[in-house]
Amino acid sequence: MKLSKSILAASVGIAALASASLAHAEPTAEVLHWWTSGGEAKAVAALKKDFEEHGGKWQDSPVAGGAGDAAMTVLRSRVLSGDAPSAVQLKGPAIQEWAEQGALANLDDVAKKENWDEVIPKRIQDIMKYEGDYVAVPVNIHRVNWIWSNPELLAKVGAKEGPKTWEEFNALAEKLKAAGITPLAHGGQPWQDATIFETVVLGMGGPEFFQKALVDLDEDALKSDTMKKVFDEMRTIRGYVDPDFPGRDWNLATAMVMNGKAAMQIMGDWAKGEFLAAGKVPGKDFLCSATPADNGNGFLFNTDSFAMFKVDGEDKVEGQKLLAELIVGKKFQKTFNLLKGSIPARTGVSLDDFDECAKKSAADMEADQKTGGFLPSMAHGMALPGHLSGAIVDVVTAHFNSDMSSDEAVSRLTEAVELAKD
Amino acid sequence: MGASSSTESNLMASLQRNLSKIVVAPSFAASLFFVYGFIIWTAWMAFSKSRMMPVYDWAGLRQYERLWQMERWHVAIENLLIFGGLFIVICLVLGCLLAVLLDQRIRAEGVLRTVFLYPMALSFIVTGTVWKWILNPGLGLEKMMHDLGWASFKFDWLVNSDFAIYTVVIAAVWQASGFVMAMFLAALRGVDQDIIRAAYMDGASLPRIYFGIIIPSIRPVFLSAIVVLAHLAVKSFDLVIALTGGGPGYSSDLPATFMYTMAFQRNQLGVSAASAMMMLATVMAIIVPYLYSELRGGKKNG
Repeated sequence: MKLSKSILAASVGIAALASASLAHAEPTAEVLHWWTSGGEAKAVAALKKDFEEHGGKWQDSPVAGGAGDAAMTVLRSRVLSGDAPSAVQLKGPAIQEWAEQGALANLDDVAKKENWDEVIPKRIQDIMKYEGDYVAVPVNIHRVNWIWSNPELLAKVGAKEGPKTWEEFNALAEKLKAAGITPLAHGGQPWQDATIFETVVLGMGGPEFFQKALVDLDEDALKSDTMKKVFDEMRTIRGYVDPDFPGRDWNLATAMVMNGKAAMQIMGDWAKGEFLAAGKVPGKDFLCSATPADNGNGFLFNTDSFAMFKVDGEDKVEGQKLLAELIVGKKFQKTFNLLKGSIPARTGVSLDDFDECAKKSAADMEADQKTGGFLPSMAHGMALPGHLSGAIVDVVTAHFNSDMSSDEAVSRLTEAVELAKD
Repeated sequence: MGASSSTESNLMASLQRNLSKIVVAPSFAASLFFVYGFIIWTAWMAFSKSRMMPVYDWAGLRQYERLWQMERWHVAIENLLIFGGLFIVICLVLGCLLAVLLDQRIRAEGVLRTVFLYPMALSFIVTGTVWKWILNPGLGLEKMMHDLGWASFKFDWLVNSDFAIYTVVIAAVWQASGFVMAMFLAALRGVDQDIIRAAYMDGASLPRIYFGIIIPSIRPVFLSAIVVLAHLAVKSFDLVIALTGGGPGYSSDLPATFMYTMAFQRNQLGVSAASAMMMLATVMAIIVPYLYSELRGGKKNG
């Protein structure tokens, strides 16, 4: 009696095991990301829901804090111990760096099926590919070179819209200053200094110069007179921010524009999320305009993406493919970007539900793609690997926060880049 | 039967003899591996070509060369000298002074001692954050003075890249001087009262007694205090992160924040390891002479 009972128990156990392993064939994906707050968390939840509706099993691995530094540390240790997550939020040249380590999986099957070569902008494809193969998928396009302004304060000095050239910008800022208004809200963190810097490089030098200086790191461009002028303008801009700016977070600077404490902010379109969350209406309560362009327009993009790491097991590989397909799919691109404030990273998504600034962003992107003005942002890690962009950011922030002359800044810039290169 | 009981008692005896070693062994093994093992590993990294992931290709002294060519590292070293120097000196002077004053058998000594020692119980992150609010010109001290009607009052060190490092000194001194005071107070209480009474008899003034007798006799405490403060200074990281974030720009960077930036934000593991080795060398330069003098002193006394 006893014996048969234990046999029964054992056979039930085996059956349970067998069915469990069968059930495991469903696509599985472990997703490592640092989107843990507000709209970002909602956006991830949307992807999770979509994934589960397609029969997938989602394992969430959020790592909060440090703008992704903490997540990258986790990633490094996971990969070293041979237990990489399926999909990781990774950006720009960091994708190439991981691909060089041989850690990324090939997505060409899905890419061919979904026709990514047609629907994803060429410049973004280059970032997602390693040696011609897709290893990552883009989720959005943020425009970095925006000016967010407070129309009421601009009206006080007779301006209706953001400035078109840097000369106009300076003139407007002087007028605002004379009227007792802080012209520019700015957070003094190195990446924010660098954000202003790159928009000035783009505006004063034009797209071609930007490409040469901050993407190709051409030495002549780096020590050119144009670059000196850029640093001169940075010094001028330093005079337009309030004295308490160092260490301020970007969203506090956005709040200054919102509350009428400052007239403008130069920041990517994630700032729009702050305005929208406060119930402000674009065009009425706040204005969006591209940063001044003296030499042709330009569009600095910052794209979030997920890289797919090499994993073992049929279910996991299937999970990756499904995830990649869904991320580039129209449905996710729309829901996600409505929540995140950015625009879709692929063509063919209806923009009807998007706000005015997003529509302008999409239209400018299309125009700038044709003229070569669609450029990767240096300050946001799209143009250069971390050690190179870091070297540039160091010089920019050191110049902005001291009395360094433009000549010295330019010579330090070339030195720092040389040093970081080898 | 008799044989087995004798082995048992032998076992017990040897267990008793070696109990301390057995208990200590795991933590000894752990520190051997996690401290010294990782020091060796870091030293190795500093000689490798590591960037994003650890690789083991030999690069010789290249990483050290690159480190010393970096402007930012020079700023970090300079800041460490300013911060470390001022921090140690001010803490010693202030701590000693407080201890001497508390030593005058005043009323409510217990309360005052707690008040001064209490900051040590806070983490550097809390200290940093609070001082950041106090020192922010638009939020704290300066604004308060302006609101009180003193419009010309200016204290913008926190946002001035030439002075930001001094705000770190202020916060660190606030935190650690009470601890130094406690060390000195204990030492002062240990000074032989007979000598002091004898000096009184001879008509020595109080300052004279302190400078001539008491302070020289507590010399070892100075040394211990300096060692503790110096390594606090070299490894201080959280205070800078919370107070200035290394800014404005990177003007208040210290070697520890530099190392973190290189390792975790810049994918420069090699340079980062090299800077870690430089920090280790700094600490060794302080600790080794101290240990040497302690050990030699011990022999002399024994």
